[in-house]
Amino acid sequence: MASESRTAAPSPTGEGAAPRPEDTPPKSDARRRERRSRRYRLDVKWSPYAYIAPFFLFFAAFGLFPLLYTGWASLHRVELTAPTDMEWAGLHNYSRLLSDEFFWNALKNTFTIGIISTVPQLLMALGIAHLLNYRLRGSMFYRVAALTPYATSVAAATLVFALLFGRDYGMINWGLGLIGIDNIDWQTGDWTSQIAVSSIVIWRWTGYNALIYLAAMQSISHDLYESAALDGASRWRQFIHVTLPQLRPTILFTCVVSTIGAVQLFGEPLLFSGSGATGGANHQYQTLGLYLYEQGWVNLHLGRASAIAWAMFLILLLIGAVNWLIARRLRKSEGDS
Amino acid sequence: MTTLTDTEPKTPDLKTARGARRLVRGPRAGRQLHGGKWTYVALVLVTVMSLFPLVWTAIAASRSNSRLAETPPPLWFGGNLFKNLEFAWHEANMGTALLNTLVVAGTVSIGTVLFSTLAGFAFAKLRFRFKNLLLLLVIGTMMVPPQLSVVPLYMLIAELHWTDQLQAVILPTLVTAFGVFFMRQYLLQALPTELIEAARVDGASSIRIVWHIVFPAARPAMAVLGMLTFVQAWNDFFWPIIALTSSGNPTVQVALTGLAQGFDPDQSVIMAGALLGTLPLLIAFLVFGKQIVGGIMQGAVKG
Repeated sequence: MASESRTAAPSPTGEGAAPRPEDTPPKSDARRRERRSRRYRLDVKWSPYAYIAPFFLFFAAFGLFPLLYTGWASLHRVELTAPTDMEWAGLHNYSRLLSDEFFWNALKNTFTIGIISTVPQLLMALGIAHLLNYRLRGSMFYRVAALTPYATSVAAATLVFALLFGRDYGMINWGLGLIGIDNIDWQTGDWTSQIAVSSIVIWRWTGYNALIYLAAMQSISHDLYESAALDGASRWRQFIHVTLPQLRPTILFTCVVSTIGAVQLFGEPLLFSGSGATGGANHQYQTLGLYLYEQGWVNLHLGRASAIAWAMFLILLLIGAVNWLIARRLRKSEGDS
Repeated sequence: MTTLTDTEPKTPDLKTARGARRLVRGPRAGRQLHGGKWTYVALVLVTVMSLFPLVWTAIAASRSNSRLAETPPPLWFGGNLFKNLEFAWHEANMGTALLNTLVVAGTVSIGTVLFSTLAGFAFAKLRFRFKNLLLLLVIGTMMVPPQLSVVPLYMLIAELHWTDQLQAVILPTLVTAFGVFFMRQYLLQALPTELIEAARVDGASSIRIVWHIVFPAARPAMAVLGMLTFVQAWNDFFWPIIALTSSGNPTVQVALTGLAQGFDPDQSVIMAGALLGTLPLLIAFLVFGKQIVGGIMQGAVKG
């Protein structure tokens, strides 16, 4: 990073740019030139700040400040009906959270739904990317088709999946009935409802991740496969011993992005059935994101909502730290080989 | 000296051979074996799985509510499509919602692209104090979800009486850390530093450099970022649900939520609403699908 920043601008004293006979410079000309070079120096020095200013202005006002202020709000009692009346509560919101069974329930659901949605999603994406990496007729068609769910909003996708997963008249139970499986209650069952909610996530994001894997696969050097083939490695062994190791950083990246997505899961459980912010009749698929919304905008406790937000923040920091550790490990092992 | 002359004739040979292979196989040849019959079968299956829920949205939207409560579920289109679309249009305030969403997504895309390009350029090619620290801040907050700032933002718009006003959803999403990082990564390679230096030597001001050199060089990435931002803004859910109300001044997603949570919801009308809200992006995908796919893959390699 340092090397490219150093070459950015020529030295401000470079007045030799205008080669002119120096012996008879008119006074006004010299002054004008000096003024110009001063303006030039100011320009070089201050223009970078002008370029980053609009971004950081909005970023500070609507990104950084709210993020920190959430922490401050979490130490207060704040009601939605009077959001500016803040009453100091110390760590009360947090201690309450620790003894709140719904918080632990939401944390557990977020974790299980996260696993059920992320693991199959990334495995399938890997397989689809592998298929798309072949030379194909109409390859762009398959790529665009696989990405189409990404263009569908959470709301639209969840509403149609809720119908497809209907207990009595849903397409999925009808299909399962054809092969002799009785109607499954996708709405009220603990596991079944979590699987149904996860399937919406899987549907929307598998194609997107497949394209990311595909991009990484296409940048793997052909020579690696050639030498593996010369060593007599089968296609499957080439996939295991060439493709997967080369994809490791990309896989880590998609894992992190999907995990962060899973931590903030909100729209799918909100709209999956008519029960709204409770996440099912028994809170069986209420996630942390949804619980935060329920505490803040249904039960009107903004302070508690803030405490949940910071709990999520803590989880994300943890994920970030784990990611950093694994990435460092990867880099080290690559350096060894 | 002798070794140099020995190897010299070989190098161009190798280069042209590689270049030729690259020409045949496309720019970045990975493993490019021809797909067999089963590859196509599997990909057709993937395509069907990807498109089926959308097609079925249209099927359900063309049926009646009572038909959706029968087995077997409908597998082909019925005759109620326009009736349901009309109903959803009025019930869910869809006209306003579509217009609002267009305004929001358009403004957010333009803002994000413009501000990200400027900041990305500064981070990629210019020198200033605290550059690395600020860049670290940008990267560190790239993945922070909206939930972490939603309470103060709500307090803010309540204080300013911005509930149900579009600026309440535009301003907080007008810039993204991802955009800045994306443009920086692109401009690092796509914009030759010598070009800027040459312009400087010729006495060009910073504004002229941005206008005549940076923007033209950044154009492909700006287009990609614009499209990705537009899709994201169109589908944005969490914050609009809080800042807007479905009976007041909704975006499409808010209107759709209101329709679904309304009193005695009619499933075929809900599906018609979902279709209305998704169709604009699907059409955009038909037109720009190739570019969006390219953009996501490009972002993946650089990111």
